[in-house]
Amino acid sequence: MKILVCISHVPDTTSKINFTENNSKFDKNGVQFIINPNDEFGLTRAIWFKEKNNASVDVINVGLQETEPTLRKALAIGADKAIRINIEPTDSSVVAKSISDYISDNNYDLIIAGRESIDYNGGMVPGMISALTKINFIDKCIDLNISENSVLASREIDGGMENISTSLPLIIGGQKGLVEENDLKIPNMRGIMMARKKELLVLDPGDYTDTLKTDNFEKPEPKGEVTLVSPDEVEKLIELLNNEAKAI
Amino acid sequence: MGILIFAETYKGEFKKDSYELASYAYEIASEKGSSVTAICFNAVNPESLSNYGVNKIINCSNEELKDFDVTIYSDCISETFALENSNILILSSSSNSKYLGGVLAIKLNAGYATNVISKPSFSNGLSLRRNTFTNKAFENVNILTENSIIGLSKNSFGLKEKNVKSEIEDKKFDIGSAANKVTSIEKMSSKVTIADADIVVSGGRGLKGPENWNLIEDLAEVLGAATACSKPVSDLGWRPHSEHVGQTGKPVSSNLYIAIGISGAIQHLAGVNSSKTKVVINTDPDAPFFKAADYGIVGDAFDVVPKLIQKLKDFKSTNN
Ligand SMILES: Cc1cc2nc3c(=O)[nH]c(=O)nc-3n(C[C@H](O)[C@H](O)[C@H](O)COP(=O)(O)OP(=O)(O)OC[C@H]3O[C@@H](n4cnc5c(N)ncnc54)[C@H](O)[C@@H]3O)c2cc1C
Repeated sequence: MKILVCISHVPDTTSKINFTENNSKFDKNGVQFIINPNDEFGLTRAIWFKEKNNASVDVINVGLQETEPTLRKALAIGADKAIRINIEPTDSSVVAKSISDYISDNNYDLIIAGRESIDYNGGMVPGMISALTKINFIDKCIDLNISENSVLASREIDGGMENISTSLPLIIGGQKGLVEENDLKIPNMRGIMMARKKELLVLDPGDYTDTLKTDNFEKPEPKGEVTLVSPDEVEKLIELLNNEAKAI
Repeated sequence: MGILIFAETYKGEFKKDSYELASYAYEIASEKGSSVTAICFNAVNPESLSNYGVNKIINCSNEELKDFDVTIYSDCISETFALENSNILILSSSSNSKYLGGVLAIKLNAGYATNVISKPSFSNGLSLRRNTFTNKAFENVNILTENSIIGLSKNSFGLKEKNVKSEIEDKKFDIGSAANKVTSIEKMSSKVTIADADIVVSGGRGLKGPENWNLIEDLAEVLGAATACSKPVSDLGWRPHSEHVGQTGKPVSSNLYIAIGISGAIQHLAGVNSSKTKVVINTDPDAPFFKAADYGIVGDAFDVVPKLIQKLKDFKSTNN
């Protein structure tokens, strides 16, 4: 089984979010980057298939050279090969088209993307890839089991979950549940050493036009002070929620 | 200009989101001198959309549409989009609509903006304001394609009643077979879901253990609220993963979010910040949640919550 995991390179969850160039760009200054958490659950599941079913695991990122440490980390966790498509990922459709081109040339059985990236929160890349490559798609996938060609999976729905049977090839939008938090792997020294020798292929992007353009970013207004209520006067809270906030 | 909305149903009834989409679409349409068409699947009361400004309601009644399927649903929606000469499609932020969005963007050759919180402005193409960086920032974005998809963030516009005359079309599609077969659906009891709830009551590690969750559940019950939790609570197995909210869990954009025994770590706040009113109950006056909340009680949950439940019951019985 050939697996491709799409890796988004995103600011660490504790990062301060600031913008530069007239608020048109995210300010990367001093920011730590990580593997997008939704992708990391998928990557860990892919490594599980590698260990149990002898699958091969490639990772792909659409981004500039700055994302290579994130790809090296994925290699250190256990992926076999990395691919980077050399273009700034400013538009989800360009990301999806670039990855789809690579898939069409390289035939994968399973493509794992994250449900959404925690930076721009587009949440559309896996769906776009499925429409472009005409591969079956399961979004918000929280359980994935494969034997031979047949797939049993679960996806989260609002208020519950749905169990699905389908077949390969398949693309999923993954999230927590695919593996547990405790299963996430921290790269060890040996993994890091081996990752240095693994292949990291850099490809030129195709010629795609953007569908969206960012005018600018804004930060929320600072919040007003909290209104404190004494623990002995909870009826006061009820009154505020009723009359002032109109929330109950 | 033609506007199409996808009005989702649950067991045949429209979800509240569908009326919000209709209200939103009506306002755009009336500014542009255009009208609103809705597509829905197996709705039992399609005419109710005419109370929110929809002029044409296309209700598809194929048996194959009973269960959600991304390929079949997106085919029906894109076919309708073309037949109706639409150029704007409006979707909600439900799991299923987000599932469809990326697929439809390719099928319709459309720019797609998600988590949208404003009406479009047409002064320079079509521009929108959206939440990004998990609610830590806003992005003003321009859609450059002829067709557009707007994914509206829940509760960002509200419901506005508007009675219009509408035409209802019953429709059947030619439908192929589904690639993904749904074998079973496991619904949580009849409780309100986090996605649909107006009020969410959420518990953190401050509650000490799963045996104390009756506090959260009882409070949620009086308020008709959904229950949620912080990440460590689900990691510890005190509550199911489906209740984990925050940056790496479910997003919450309810009208009211009540956080009990939750410190307010940046990753937690990121996911719940777009809720309209936030209340925190915490023993530690320096807990970061107090900086994000509108109302707060510095106090012990084991003392405050039972009192709050009692007083709310009194309040409900005199106000209903
Ligand atoms: C990559 C990453 C992603 C993350 N994503 C998320 C996420 O999506 N969602 C999320 O929630 N967290 C997330 N976290 C974890 C986050 O950093 C915090 O650790 C977590 O939110 C803390 O949960 P808590 O508030 O329940 O627990 P704690 O931080 O332990 O806080 C417990 C609070 O309860 C209060 N308390 C104690 N006793 C009482 C009492 N009797 N009555 C009232 N109050 C009391 C304490 O004062 C304290 O403030 C993430 C972390 C990382 C690194």
